[in-house]
Amino acid sequence: MTCDDSRSVLHAYLDGELEAPRAAEFKKHLQGCAACTRALESQESLRSSMQRAKLSEALPPGLESKIRRQLPESPAPVHAKKFPVLSWLAAAAVLLLVAGASWKYGQISRERVNAAVAVGAAEIVDAHIRALQPGHLTDVTSTDQHTVKPWFDGKVPFAPPVRDFAEQGFPLVGGRLDVFQGQTVAALVYGRRKHFVSVFVWPEPAAETEEYTGAQNGYQWISWKQNGLRFCAVSDANADDLTALKNLLGR
Amino acid sequence: MQDREQFDRLVLPHLRAAFNLARWILRSREDAEDVTQEALLRAFRFFSGFQGVDARAWLLQIVRNTCYTWMEKNRPMDSAVEFDESLHLSPLPSPEEQALASNEREWLIKALERLSPRSREVIVLREFEGCSYKEIAFITAIPIGTVMSTLARARERLQEFLTRPDPKETVHDL
Repeated sequence: MTCDDSRSVLHAYLDGELEAPRAAEFKKHLQGCAACTRALESQESLRSSMQRAKLSEALPPGLESKIRRQLPESPAPVHAKKFPVLSWLAAAAVLLLVAGASWKYGQISRERVNAAVAVGAAEIVDAHIRALQPGHLTDVTSTDQHTVKPWFDGKVPFAPPVRDFAEQGFPLVGGRLDVFQGQTVAALVYGRRKHFVSVFVWPEPAAETEEYTGAQNGYQWISWKQNGLRFCAVSDANADDLTALKNLLGR
Repeated sequence: MQDREQFDRLVLPHLRAAFNLARWILRSREDAEDVTQEALLRAFRFFSGFQGVDARAWLLQIVRNTCYTWMEKNRPMDSAVEFDESLHLSPLPSPEEQALASNEREWLIKALERLSPRSREVIVLREFEGCSYKEIAFITAIPIGTVMSTLARARERLQEFLTRPDPKETVHDL
């Protein structure tokens, strides 16, 4: 390790953010380098000065109770718009239940149920079509799952499962961030013959496990739940291809 | 993840961290009080979008964004400066100012307040709140590599300031 390398990892070392092998290299370099040792010591002393000075601000008296008073009891008005990722699925689930109960009476048709799902599906299909515009398909382009997976770190607050299925006919093309109903979601992009498949992934806390499938403007989509994450695969490849990819992702 | 009771339980415990971040980004306790209130109301509106992973980072992200929006509106000069720190490095405090800063604590506050808001926020998140690089990257929406280089640069600046000759001696020499 040179002094230049050492300076660039010094702060990561100081913050305990260096992986063990790099930290060992760094420590080895310090043994033979007085300048870098001094640099580390002066950073350590800066840190202890800051700790001694107790610079973190206390909460002004009364602020917390003021905020508690200002907060409404329920975020209801915006809520319907703000929790929508769940809501189209939830709405569909409710409709399915209602439909199940009502079929006996012949009141609600299967079409009504699918219409509710389609609201969400239309947006997902739009996101996929947008991504097919030149330069929009991927933010990180790599067939290597070990490149794509870490790329999502710090960009989305969950870890989408990233695996390459080139051998099974679904080569990983890359990943990107997308926004679905106001929420940032991870999108994995796979190739399928001459087609692309976007697999949108986002966390879905509810116990919702329903699987949905449909078609919109010539695009097939299938949505399922796996390990607390909601998946939705969209493509102009055929429905069997999407099911095959779903099964691969679920393995 | 949507009602008031859950918000009080998950988010409000991080109120001090929220206020602290606002105070340091804005360099003012009074402004920080206003912005913290505004940020908390916003957080409550967005609470249904919270995915239950890390309430502190989630709240701090909103507080930070509220601070910058507030600065654009109320202090257009401040937010212009921070975009290119290299062009707008504010000078280090003069020896006179150092002498006035009677103790290490005041001295450090002065030094921190000379940093750009974007440097200061990573120092505050790292040193005062103990956030990991990953959390800082999430809160500030900058890549982890940039978190590290911003921290390094900010600490070098602080260091430069702190290792100046003792202020009293300097005053004597004048």
